[in-house]
Amino acid sequence: MKRFAALYTALDATTSTHDKLEALTSYFAAAEPEDAAWASYFLAGGKPRQSVPTRLLSEIARERAGLPPWLFEESYHAVGDLAETIAHILPPAQRTSELGLTQWIEQRELTLRGVPPEELRTRLLSYWDELDWGGRFLLTKLIGGGFRVGVARQLVVRALAEVAGVDHKRIAQRMVGWTDSHQKPDAARYLRLIAPEVTGEGAQTGEHAHEQQGDGDPGLPYPFFLAHPLQSDPATLGDPSQWLIEWKWDGIRAQLVKRGGRVWLWSRGEDLITDRFPEVAALGDALPDGYVIDGEILAWEPGAVAPLPFARLQPRIARKTLTKKVLADSPAALLAYDLLEAQGQDLRMTPLVERRARLDELATVVDGTLARDLLRVSPLVSAPDWQALAALREESRARGVEGLMLKQRESLYGVGRTKASGTWWKWKIDPYAVDAVLVYAQRGHGRRASLYTDFTFAVWDEANGVRTLVPFAKAYSGLTDEEMRQVDAIVRKTTVEKFGPVRSVTPTQVFEIGFEGIQPSPRHKSGVAVRFPRMLRWRTDKQIDDADTLAMLKGFIDDRAG
Amino acid sequence: MDQPERQLNIGSDKQDEHDTRDLVVARPEGLYCPAGDFYIDPWRPVERAVITHAHSDHARFGHRHYLAARAGANVLLSRLPGITLQTLAYGERLAIGATIVSLHPAGHVLGSSQVRIERAGRVWVASGDYKLDPDPTCDPFEPLRCDAFITESTFGLPIYRWDAPQVVFDGIDSWWRHNAAEGRASVLFCYSFGKAQRVMASVDAAIGPIFCHGAVEPLNRAYREAGVRLPPVGLVGEIPAKDKAAFRQALIVAPPSAQGSAWLRRFGDYSDAFASGWMRLRGARRRRGVDRGFVLSDHADWPSLQSAIHATGAARVIVTHGSVEPMVRWLREQGLEAGAFETQYGDDTVEADAAGGVEPAAASHA
Repeated sequence: MKRFAALYTALDATTSTHDKLEALTSYFAAAEPEDAAWASYFLAGGKPRQSVPTRLLSEIARERAGLPPWLFEESYHAVGDLAETIAHILPPAQRTSELGLTQWIEQRELTLRGVPPEELRTRLLSYWDELDWGGRFLLTKLIGGGFRVGVARQLVVRALAEVAGVDHKRIAQRMVGWTDSHQKPDAARYLRLIAPEVTGEGAQTGEHAHEQQGDGDPGLPYPFFLAHPLQSDPATLGDPSQWLIEWKWDGIRAQLVKRGGRVWLWSRGEDLITDRFPEVAALGDALPDGYVIDGEILAWEPGAVAPLPFARLQPRIARKTLTKKVLADSPAALLAYDLLEAQGQDLRMTPLVERRARLDELATVVDGTLARDLLRVSPLVSAPDWQALAALREESRARGVEGLMLKQRESLYGVGRTKASGTWWKWKIDPYAVDAVLVYAQRGHGRRASLYTDFTFAVWDEANGVRTLVPFAKAYSGLTDEEMRQVDAIVRKTTVEKFGPVRSVTPTQVFEIGFEGIQPSPRHKSGVAVRFPRMLRWRTDKQIDDADTLAMLKGFIDDRAG
Repeated sequence: MDQPERQLNIGSDKQDEHDTRDLVVARPEGLYCPAGDFYIDPWRPVERAVITHAHSDHARFGHRHYLAARAGANVLLSRLPGITLQTLAYGERLAIGATIVSLHPAGHVLGSSQVRIERAGRVWVASGDYKLDPDPTCDPFEPLRCDAFITESTFGLPIYRWDAPQVVFDGIDSWWRHNAAEGRASVLFCYSFGKAQRVMASVDAAIGPIFCHGAVEPLNRAYREAGVRLPPVGLVGEIPAKDKAAFRQALIVAPPSAQGSAWLRRFGDYSDAFASGWMRLRGARRRRGVDRGFVLSDHADWPSLQSAIHATGAARVIVTHGSVEPMVRWLREQGLEAGAFETQYGDDTVEADAAGGVEPAAASHA
């Protein structure tokens, strides 16, 4: 535990990729396999479920520190992170612990769930008293289910590759599904992860490869290939005929794996989501064995010409149990755009144009079955030149899509955001934008902690002939550090009232707020809910009277319906 | 404290015994002692100013007469040249109006003082900025018994808890040693007055040469003149601009304003770090955008604030700056009569600046 806490602190303390890699490599070189298994699980983004409710966790820490609830709250708002707050306020530890990471996790952390409060108190206090600041922070993060580490998965892969002496692409492939919470990391799995390369490994990543690894899990997907945002003029991409162009769908990126008579559905975060989409999984019956489809899960009613908004999919992910009503309200379909495996053969090193052709063949097979409405192939968009494509892209909103995807005809299916095997670009439409007034501010989290950077914005409501500011969105991203500091100072100077951590301010500042989608919402005072709001620009050139109106916001909804 | 009093106004003792008026009040010009007709660290020009220490939010130009601790005289004069300054040795008593005033070490920076004001058996202490941790560059904080204690609260939240200074300096040393081994300069940003000298006096000077920025050098001189021992420190500006090799094993101490400036180019490959109490919070550290953040403050942390306040035995506590509201509420809940003075010492926005990025020219010396 000490060693992993030290690694965590070291990763947290530096911003240099080189230093992070160095810290990771020396950790993995020295750690016991069972500890390295857990460490790589956490570092790659694996999260144990929260084992102690937040309220209980803070209460036990607060009482140990001898603080009244309000002072704990005040501290938390200054820090912006619960586990960090707890690590700061606890009195210095009296003991130390030589227990390894695995014991800490398996014997201690994972067994806290459901323990009666009194025992929980005794155990937590005794654990905290064995750890220094870094150890406490780490443990509390793990217990609270909020563990995150500032290291890219790719960097962990590189460190493991270096320690194992195996090509990093191979490690990346072996790591697919590594953080799936259904499997506990252990020494045997870790040793397989870093084992020397087997000749021919990866030629077939179908069931054979997995059986060979003895994993007993033939359902693993391939590492997802990701697109880059297009920031230059598409004309720089050359002749449009060299590109396969599709709409950019606004759903959940997923791979459907059919092998050995079974079917698995994986999200881009490499979470198994088969049980979230029982009907899509039913597609499996219609598919032959040894096929992996890459695509997007969308809410799409049978027979409809366009998908439903993304918001309709959310209950699928959010609800614990999927009732008939939830299933009926968000009818899901898989919109396929790539075929990664066919007849048990890995197709990723085959040019996209050929993979598409085989996907189309597969679709005709499904077309003749009951699963017809569950699988659609993302249609290709064609136009004679970029100008015509740009015009088509303007139709995105009406079509319920986010823009266009541009994929090189000959591109291979790479790993992550690699560009070596041919690039995919996402050419998104500009967001919706309105000018809105800053009305409330709250201190931020993470790198914005202790600064007032989480804002609520309002637009003018002119109903009944009176102009009032109606809040409609919260946003915290989009400002530079320098702007953040300036706005923070303005918030402090113009505070009218404090409600707990929230300050209301005299409305003086106008910001251009961008967002991706808008929905009518009876739960919000403004009557609308916007998706991914963020600050596009600080409009210091505008007065609050110049801000936009609620009527204009609502107009966006009507535009889309039309 | 047994120093003879230079002047004694015996006047009307009887009347004084029944005079329970506050010895210090807040005025638009600054903290004011009506019985002595003087101000403490005023921010507007006044006739008589008692200065707790030479940081720019406490010591300003424009007053007619200044009174400060002798230990900090040359630092103060180097920052405010030409002022009319009277000095007192620590503990020396001086009658001012109906009061007796003495200055006592606050442990914050060289020459920093607590102002003790006595009148007819009642004692008030204004502590300025202070810390309880050891610091080789200034006299240690002296606990004083008093009826009312005026305290700072820069780090007045229980999340602020410092490691022992030696642990922090060990961390700085090992960062410097690692960089030196890789042939890379170590640039440490910290406040030029106080923190910089404390760092230079405390690191292991055997690791490599120490250089400083031009803004730090005059303070080093003032410290040396006052008898504070500092290791040999070179001036970056005296090294030829193209000579990057001179810095490969070096520790370079620079003010935070140098971060991101072209001045850093001359070091070639370097690692940077920031030494401040604000580095306690991960968010502040990440915002600062340096390779390393060292938690090192010249202010009292939460446990030190509590023990300093408790040690005064004061029934009344007045909080001047920093985390004022939480400290006042906390002290009230502890059964003390607590209140606040609105001041212009290192205020909330300065906190944010110090935690956030570009250091303002004035104040912020956490």
